[in-house]
Amino acid sequence: MAQLFTKTTQAIFWNNNTTAIQRMLDYDYTIQRETPSVAAIVAPTSGNKFEKFFYGPNEIMIPVFKSTPEAKAALPKADVLLNFASFRTAYEVTMEALNLGGFSSIMITAEGIPERLARAMNQHARDKGVTVIGPATVGAIAPGAFKIANIGGTIENIISSKLHRAGSCGLVTRSGGLFNELSNIIAINADGIAEGVAIGGDRFVGSVFIDNLLRMEANPEVKYMLLLGEVGGTEEYKVIEAVKSGQIKKPIIAWCIGTIAKYYDSGVQFGHAGASANGDMETAEAKNRAMKEVGIHVPTSFNDLPEIISAVYHALHAEGIVKDIKEPAMNVCPKVRRSKEFICTISDDRGDEATYAGFPISSLATPDTGKGIGDVISLLWFKKQYPQWATQFIETVIKTVADHGPAVSGAHNSKVTARAGKSVVEALVTGLLTIGPRFGGAIDGAAKYFKYADDNKLSPAEFLNHMKKEGVPIPGIGHRIKSLKNPDLRVEGLKKFAREYFPSTSLLDYALTVEQLTTSKKENLILNVDGTIGILMVDMWRALGYSEEEINEFIDSGTLNSFFIVGRSIGFVGHILDEKRLAMPMYRHPMDDILYDVPMAEKI
Amino acid sequence: MAQKAIREYDAKSILAKHWKKYFPDFTYAYETIMVQNGSELKEAAKSKSWIKSKALVAKPDMLFGKRGKNGLVLFRDTKPGDVSLEKAASWIDEKSSSKQSVYFSFEGDTPHGEAKVDMLTHFIVEPFTPHAQEEEYYISATCVGDDDMLYMSAEGGMEVEENWDKVTEVAFKITDSEEVIAERIKANIPKDVAEKDKKAFAEFAIGFFRAYRELNFAYLEINPFVMQGKKIELLDMVAKLDDTAGFMMAKDWGDVEYPTSFGMEAKSPEVEAIEAADAKTGASLKLTLLKPDARIWTMVAGGGASVVYADTIADLAGIEDLANYGEYSGGPTTGETKFYAETILGLMTKAKDAKDRDKVLIIGGAIANFTDVAKTFTGIIQAFENYAEKMKEVGIKIYVRRGGPNYEKGLKDIKEAADRLGLYIEVYGPETHVTDIVRMALAK
Repeated sequence: MAQLFTKTTQAIFWNNNTTAIQRMLDYDYTIQRETPSVAAIVAPTSGNKFEKFFYGPNEIMIPVFKSTPEAKAALPKADVLLNFASFRTAYEVTMEALNLGGFSSIMITAEGIPERLARAMNQHARDKGVTVIGPATVGAIAPGAFKIANIGGTIENIISSKLHRAGSCGLVTRSGGLFNELSNIIAINADGIAEGVAIGGDRFVGSVFIDNLLRMEANPEVKYMLLLGEVGGTEEYKVIEAVKSGQIKKPIIAWCIGTIAKYYDSGVQFGHAGASANGDMETAEAKNRAMKEVGIHVPTSFNDLPEIISAVYHALHAEGIVKDIKEPAMNVCPKVRRSKEFICTISDDRGDEATYAGFPISSLATPDTGKGIGDVISLLWFKKQYPQWATQFIETVIKTVADHGPAVSGAHNSKVTARAGKSVVEALVTGLLTIGPRFGGAIDGAAKYFKYADDNKLSPAEFLNHMKKEGVPIPGIGHRIKSLKNPDLRVEGLKKFAREYFPSTSLLDYALTVEQLTTSKKENLILNVDGTIGILMVDMWRALGYSEEEINEFIDSGTLNSFFIVGRSIGFVGHILDEKRLAMPMYRHPMDDILYDVPMAEKI
Repeated sequence: MAQKAIREYDAKSILAKHWKKYFPDFTYAYETIMVQNGSELKEAAKSKSWIKSKALVAKPDMLFGKRGKNGLVLFRDTKPGDVSLEKAASWIDEKSSSKQSVYFSFEGDTPHGEAKVDMLTHFIVEPFTPHAQEEEYYISATCVGDDDMLYMSAEGGMEVEENWDKVTEVAFKITDSEEVIAERIKANIPKDVAEKDKKAFAEFAIGFFRAYRELNFAYLEINPFVMQGKKIELLDMVAKLDDTAGFMMAKDWGDVEYPTSFGMEAKSPEVEAIEAADAKTGASLKLTLLKPDARIWTMVAGGGASVVYADTIADLAGIEDLANYGEYSGGPTTGETKFYAETILGLMTKAKDAKDRDKVLIIGGAIANFTDVAKTFTGIIQAFENYAEKMKEVGIKIYVRRGGPNYEKGLKDIKEAADRLGLYIEVYGPETHVTDIVRMALAK
C-alpha cells in the first residue's frame, strides 16, 4: 500500500479523548471530508451510546462502544485503530485488534509499555502486515486526507504549516514536537508535506524509518523525503543500505539530533528512551557522516536544515518533478460554537413538510399510501421501515390490548377520576399511571424471562426451577378462567397470524413447551395474551435481524410496555368519554365494602 | 531510562524467589546476604547459622565488575577458603572506611584507563564453595536488535569479552514458542560441556532463559555458576531490569533498588525531587545536572526539541557553558510546570556566575501538538514571582521561543509578567526558527 491513509480512511478511537477527537473532526471539516475520520469510539467504562462533537458549525454523534470487537462489527470499514490506552493496557488493546483482524494500521500513543510486550506486539503486527505507528507517538498525517489525533496541533497551526493539503515531502521523525516544527519549516521553505509519520520515542517501535521511507518511495505524491533521526540505535543504517542498493531513489534530506551526547558518558539520557548510543556507530555524528557519504542531503547542523530543504525543493521544482500546487477550497471552523441541548433522531419539522424518519407525513397518512399505524410506529419508534407482516402484527397487538372492560384497575382509576370532574387528559394519566409490574407488565416480564431461558438453553423444567428460586410466578402464564380446553381466542388469533406470516417463531415454540409442562400441573396455567404478545415481539425482532443485545435493550427500555400503553389508552379514553356522556356523579366507595380494623396507636 | 541495573544480591533474591518454578529439579541454597558494615554481618549471623559455620566470600555489591582484578574479593585469609566471620566483618569495615579506587577495564591484569574513586557502601557475603574448575559454566541473556540472545559457555568465570570464541550464542524471535525455544537450546549446548552434564545443562539453560523472559530482565548474566549434579551455586551475577514492566512485576521482583553506579555523583535532592514528580504524573519531567556552575540553563518542552537545544548550545557556546539538560512534555499541569521551573530557578540562583556575566535561561520548545502553552507558562510565571528577587540578584537574561495551542496568550503573559517583575526577557513565536534564541542569547 503506497499510501498510509486516504480521504475515506476512518478510524476507531480507543479511549474517549474528546479534545483529540474534536481536533480530528475540525480537520475533517476544514479539508471538506465527506465522512468524519472517527467512525467510532471505544470506551469500556462509559455508559454512553454516543458522544456529541462539532462538525464545523453543526454537531454530529459518534457511536460509543464498550469493546473493539463491538465497534469493528458495527463499523467494519474503519480500518485504523487509534489506541489511546495507557501503558498498562495498550498492549492488550493492540493484540485484541490484531487478532480481530481488519485493521491496516494501529497507532499507539502510550509511552513506557514494557519492552517485551512492545516487542511482541510489534512483531505480531509485522507478521500480519499491519503498520504500527508508535508506541510513544503523536501519530501521523496524510495532509488533505486524514490526520491522527493531535498531530499538527491546533487548526490554526495546521493551516499555517500547510498541513491541510498535500505537498510533496515525505516526513519521518521520532519526535512528535519536532514533527510539527519541521512541518512548519517545510511549509516555509518548500510546499508542505504529502505524508508524515512520527514513529515514536520508545526503544521498540512498530514501524521504523525504513518501513515508512519505503512506502513513501512507492507513493507517487511524495517527491522527496526528510528524515529526522536521533542518537542511538542503528535504524538509520537500514536507510543508508536502501539508498546504496537503489531501493530508494528519491532524494532524502536527513539529520540526526543528539550530537551533544558524545560529550557525556552514557549516564546522561538525552531525549527519548530510544536515544542512547551503544558504541560509536550509534552516535549522531557517525550516522550523519554515513548518510552524507551515500549522497543523502545532510546539513551541517539543525540550524541549517531550512536552507537545505529549500535547495532540494527548488531543484526538484526547476526539473519539473514538483509542480505548483493549486490551493484547495477550505471550510472555516467557527470560533464560537454552542453545544445543542437536545438531540432528535426520529423526526424533523425544518423543511416544507414535517417528516417521520425521513418520510413526509403526507406520504404515510392517507389510505392510498397503503401505510397504517404500524408503519408510523416502526418509523418513529425504531427508525426503520418494517415489512408488512411486522407492521400488521404491531397493529394486531394494539387492537388486541385496546381494552379489557371497566373492572381492571387502570380503567377503574380513569373512571373514578373522570367522575371527580377532571379533564380527559387528567383522567387518562391516572389510568396510565396504574400500568406497571402488576398491570400490563406481564408483556415485559414474559419477554424478559422467556428470552432469558431460551438464551441460556434452559429446559422447561429448569426454567420453572429457576423462576421458583427467583420467587416470581412466570409472567405471561396463567388465566383466571381460560384453559387448554377453553382457549383464549385472542391468543389463538395471534398464534395463527404468527405461524402464517412470521419467518420463524423460535421463542413461541419454546414457550409452548413450557406451557405443556405448566398445564400438566394445573390446567389454567396457559400462555396468556400478555405472554403471547411479549414472546412474539421477541420473535418479530429476531426475524427482523436485530441482535439479542438490541432486543434485550428494547425490553429493558420498556418498548414492549409502550405497545400496551398506546393500545390501552384507546380503551381508557373510551371509558372516560363514557363517564362524561353519562354525567356520572362523584364516586364514593361504599363503607360496607371496607374492612375497618384500626387499633389505638401504642405510645413509644 | 527503561533498563536499570540492580544489585547482585537483588538479582539472586529474585531468582531464588522463583526457583521452584524455573529450576524445579535443581537446588540452590540461597545463602547470601547484603550488608553495609561488619556489625550488620555479625548481627545477621545470629539468625543465619551459615555465616558463622561456613568459610565466607565477601565483595562489594555496587554494580561494577572486575572485582577480583581490583582486589576487592575476599576469599582467603591465609589460604583460599578460610575466611571467618570475624575476618569478613573487619575486611568490610576496612574497605568501607575510606574511598576506594576502582578500574573498569584491564589489559591482562594491568588496569587500563582512569579509576573511579568513591566509597564502598554495599557488600554481598556468601559461603565459600569449593568446586572444580570444570564445574563452572557461563550463561547470559539479553536483547539485541529485535531478538533475544542466549549466550552459553562450558567455561565459567572467564573474561567473556576476551574469550568470545568459547561462547555459543543462540538468537530467538520474540514470538518463538516455549517448545521451539527448548528444542533450540537443547540443540545448541556448547560442545565442551561434558557429555554426562549436557542434559542437566540444557535443563538449567531452558529455565534460566525462561526466567529472563518472564521476569522481564533486560540483561541477566551468571558468570560463573557451579553445577554439581543437581546442585547449583550462583557465584557471580549481573542483572538489569526493564523498569517499564515494574507496574506488573511489583510482586515478582519484590523490594528491588536501583542504585546509582559507583563513582557517579549522588543525585542532587533537586534531581530526585523531579524524578519523584515524574513518576507520579502522566506527563514527562526530566532533569539532569551537567555542570551546575555553568552559565546557560535550559527549560525546554519536548524530548526532541530539548536535544536540539542542547546540540545547538554545544555547537555555539561549547559544553562548558551548559548547566543542565532536561525537558517537560506530555501536557504537564500548571502546578507541575511551576514545580519544575522553581527547581531550575532554585539551582540557577544558588550562586552568581564566576566571571560575573549574566546567566541565560532558555525557555524553548517546538510547536506543541497538544500541550496548552498558556497553561504551562502560567506555572513558569508563578515560579518567576517567587524567584524574581533572587533572579535579579544573580542577573538572568531570559529567552523564550514557543508555539502551539494558545501560544499567543502564553507569550504575552510571560512577557508581561517578566516586565512587571523587572526581569530581562525576549519572547519569540513560531515565526522564529526554533533554536535561533540560542544564537541571540550568545550574541549579547
